[in-house]
Amino acid sequence: MLSYSIKRLLMLIPVLIGMTLIVFGIIHAIPGNPAQTILGTKATPEAIHNLNQALGLDQPWYIQYFTYLKNIFSGNLGTSIQDNMPIAREIWPHLAATIELSFVAMVIAVVVGINAGIISAWKQNSALDYSAMILALIGVSMPIFWLGLLEQWLFSVKLNWLPSIGRLDIVSTVRPITNLYLIDTLIEGQFSQFWMVVRHLILPAIALATIPTAIIARMTRSSMLEVLKSDYIRTTKAKGERMGLIVYKYALKNAFIPILTVIGLQTGLMLGGAILTETIFGWPGIGLYVYNAIQYRDYPVIQSGILVIAFLFVMVNFVTDLLYGLIDPRIKYR
Amino acid sequence: MPQSEQNTAVQPAEEEKGPFVRNLLEFWKSFRKNKPAIVGAVIVLFFILMAAFAGFIAPQGINDQNINIRLQPPSASHWLGTDDFGRDILSRIIYGSRLSLRVGFFAVIGSIIVGTLLGVAAGYFGKFIDTVISRFFDILLAFPSILLSIAIVAVLGPSLNNALVAIAIVNVPVFGRLVRARVLTVKEEEYIMAARSIGMGNTRIIFNHILPNSFAPIIVQGTLNIATAILDAAGLGFLGMGAQPPQPEWGTMLSSSRQYITNAPWTVLFPGLAIILVVVGFNLMGDGLRDALDPRMKN
Repeated sequence: MLSYSIKRLLMLIPVLIGMTLIVFGIIHAIPGNPAQTILGTKATPEAIHNLNQALGLDQPWYIQYFTYLKNIFSGNLGTSIQDNMPIAREIWPHLAATIELSFVAMVIAVVVGINAGIISAWKQNSALDYSAMILALIGVSMPIFWLGLLEQWLFSVKLNWLPSIGRLDIVSTVRPITNLYLIDTLIEGQFSQFWMVVRHLILPAIALATIPTAIIARMTRSSMLEVLKSDYIRTTKAKGERMGLIVYKYALKNAFIPILTVIGLQTGLMLGGAILTETIFGWPGIGLYVYNAIQYRDYPVIQSGILVIAFLFVMVNFVTDLLYGLIDPRIKYR
Repeated sequence: MPQSEQNTAVQPAEEEKGPFVRNLLEFWKSFRKNKPAIVGAVIVLFFILMAAFAGFIAPQGINDQNINIRLQPPSASHWLGTDDFGRDILSRIIYGSRLSLRVGFFAVIGSIIVGTLLGVAAGYFGKFIDTVISRFFDILLAFPSILLSIAIVAVLGPSLNNALVAIAIVNVPVFGRLVRARVLTVKEEEYIMAARSIGMGNTRIIFNHILPNSFAPIIVQGTLNIATAILDAAGLGFLGMGAQPPQPEWGTMLSSSRQYITNAPWTVLFPGLAIILVVVGFNLMGDGLRDALDPRMKN
């Protein structure tokens, strides 16, 4: 297991280097003079010269790249053009907001998706199965930004049940300890604030969970159908074990590897996909951070935001790979 | 007529049809039994016809404004209502199908061409070429797809065509890996060794034997990817990074109408339903094609 983990980690190195090359290339791929593009057509030659120097664009590209790598390794993600603040300091609260939203969305997706898939497989070809699979098909085919807008309209505007924007009510604040507000409010013992954070999370988390829920449900169904046909399940049935126990205790464990693969992949995709949900719900996560940076042509923020999300995506996939062996001891690492 | 005589009577006719026609018939037999797939194909055909004949079907032009009837609810004269400029939403959705299908088809065709070339090169020639191309695929796949599309559009500038290019680039490794895996399997087959032993060149082997054998999974994956390409294009349009107003791209329509959702929810509802319907169509058809063309890919 350890040697496999090390080998797998070493295999990540070329991918991570390639990632930095692509992200580094973003600013260089801008047609024309990047500094001119960033500052706009009315920029003075002096301002362009200064920005070129500040971004190191007056150096040969390979020197720029090695400086860029050196900075990343020393935790320097550059400076935002918009507010002149170090990105490494700015980015964490945004990243924490995205992690909190993605985590809650993934919990919803896993609980709903796995149960829907199990019930579908258990009651194969029943009305319940067909309904669940039609819903799952619509779920994978639905633009989440559209669902988000409809949620806001129904639950916030029409019914006035839940807030539609942000992480907190406008007048409220939470003292940031971890920047994960669910945890911060609990540490401070602010239970009313905790409830407010939960209420703000519900709509964006449901929107973000839609696609993963549908995909997990479909994968669980097909994986469970295969396992439910196997001999050991038939034997367990013959011994008179309750069906609920058979499905949840014996079948699910063996059906779990493909489900886990999908969960891992979807968790990573969620971090990238959150940009749409965050834009609609004004959720101050890393997606909205990058989106705003694009509007201001703040390329250092765009580069760092994308690099951080892609890094997390790769790490989530790596951890998923390692989890296989823990869940299914039949898998041997080589 | 005895059974054996019946068989001998049918066989020559079947053989006359040739392998291509026989495969096609076999595929059709399997595909038509799959009801959801037929539903999907009908939906896709419906949208293709809608796009092709938009000029004849649409009751009004895409930019026919009438400020006196802005944000009107669905009625007999405007079946799906009007938007903030008093434009007919149904007409814009009908014309919008051209844009969505264009992005879906051309982005996927582009990624199939580039992905296939790279995948064949990696799988057939192996060694250093394979290592370089496979690492390139790994790196592209290390980015969540929508994020990479956004990064590419951030560089190229927001437009429908740039969104199309971005979506095509993002999909290249999907087809590249698929073809590479297929080539690795096919090139070990005995008939390829036989072809090589009679002196057939690499290009002929690739184009006459290996590519035709990779066709089925590419078609299946391509159909499913058209669905995601349409969704991604709508997402980019919604973020203002795809088609630009007043183009009637469905995601862009949603983005322009979101501020009117309280007073005129139909301006948001119908473009979204159009996206869902066409994506459901391609997903159902893709699943059906997979079952009919390549049962190994099932599940």
